[in-house]
Amino acid sequence: MELDFTHKPAGHCENGVTANMLRYYGFDLPEPLIFGIAYGMFFSHIPFVKLAGLPVSSFRTFPGALFSRATSTLGFKTTTERFLIEENAMKRLDQKLEEGVPVGCVVGMYYLPYMPIEYRFPFNGHNICIVGHDSASDSYTVSDPNCTEKVSISRKDLLKVRFTKGGTYPLFGQMYWIKEAPKQLPDLKPVVLKAIQKNCWYMSSIPSFIPFFGVNGIDYLASRIPTWKERYGERKAALNLAQIIRMLEEIGTGGAGFRFMYGAFLQMAAQITGEGQFREFAQRITAIGDNWRAFASDAATIFKRRKDACTYEHVAAEIAEIGKLERSFYNDLAKVAKEVKL
Amino acid sequence: MKVEDVPQDARFFQNSVARDVCYALDEQGNYQAVVSMGWDVKADALQTVLDDVEEQCEPIRQRVLRHEVSPLAYHMEKNLMDIDMLADNSGISKRKVKKHMEYDEFQKLDRETLENYAYTLRISVEELLTVPNNK
Repeated sequence: MELDFTHKPAGHCENGVTANMLRYYGFDLPEPLIFGIAYGMFFSHIPFVKLAGLPVSSFRTFPGALFSRATSTLGFKTTTERFLIEENAMKRLDQKLEEGVPVGCVVGMYYLPYMPIEYRFPFNGHNICIVGHDSASDSYTVSDPNCTEKVSISRKDLLKVRFTKGGTYPLFGQMYWIKEAPKQLPDLKPVVLKAIQKNCWYMSSIPSFIPFFGVNGIDYLASRIPTWKERYGERKAALNLAQIIRMLEEIGTGGAGFRFMYGAFLQMAAQITGEGQFREFAQRITAIGDNWRAFASDAATIFKRRKDACTYEHVAAEIAEIGKLERSFYNDLAKVAKEVKL
Repeated sequence: MKVEDVPQDARFFQNSVARDVCYALDEQGNYQAVVSMGWDVKADALQTVLDDVEEQCEPIRQRVLRHEVSPLAYHMEKNLMDIDMLADNSGISKRKVKKHMEYDEFQKLDRETLENYAYTLRISVEELLTVPNNK
């Protein structure tokens, strides 16, 4: 049994699952629009939250927030369930599939059989969508936004990924689905404007005595990098930097990727609201994304220990510059979004 | 980033269906979704972390060769787990997992337990039984 589900790959797993699910219910919204409506752009650098002994940085909002924000704003009713008993989590999944409902699952990366072995990290925050069950082979059809096509996973492996222990946080077989779709979408113009304002607020209005989040977090990261060599020693400092790049570009397509995605969203916003200035803002965030990429390239010269490697001060200065650009970007964007007439 | 600048550096994605999706500008300055094979900078960052793991494993490998610890200790570190995670994911008690870190205890394990450990670490039983011999 497999649902008539069109799979499209996406830049980020949760956006992708959400977009693919909405399409199943007849609403074909591109990934950037969902990302923008869910005001998903964020930044945090929290030195005392550690993953494998290295500080965690994140370029997106909290897992689960994108799906719930996007669907509730657009008028969908959804349900999320967690389980203590593993068998029950699978029974419930089978039951929803029988009813013809695609089911999103939060899973661990470690045991996903179709991912390259190098990606076998204890990261418990990946999103996939289950769209079919073959009882003959007892395997499930998976729409994973990180893959170009649908993939298949055995019941044993699916159970394992839904209940992977340890890592970033324990999983409880968390699954979510759309209970009720609206007859039609709300007027997108006010939705988009509000989402832009909210995203700007999250990025730029966190008071400066909380240094870890939003643009503050970018400034904070810039101030920390030059201290790494002394604090951690050469080897650990280089690892830290490699970790930032992995967070930036890997786990959830991070910094530059999200900046470009937001640029795509702003172009759509310009069309939806008729406010041409958003296209200019798309250009500005594109330039910022390019800066993030340049930073990543320069950082790579350090952790690859190249002869012509950049210094920590140099890459820190690049981030400080990005912080400045992003701060004025969100401030200016918020002003424009506020002034657009409904 | 322009569409033609989207990196297509095949490395870890080579033999899989996994891909990245990037958003980039086309000739008209409109954003398009572009499927990417990967980016060298990213792959280098990942490789740096993996190399570091390998480095950490080297002293453990030496100890296995001297029969001071079991190959399980090596493969646990190599596959990014610790005793807590290994115990939780295999369903074997922490006390026993610790015991199986000893070389002699490990040699006594039955096939079923070995298969469980191998599955938990995503390697084959044959790999689990030994460590790479020369480097």
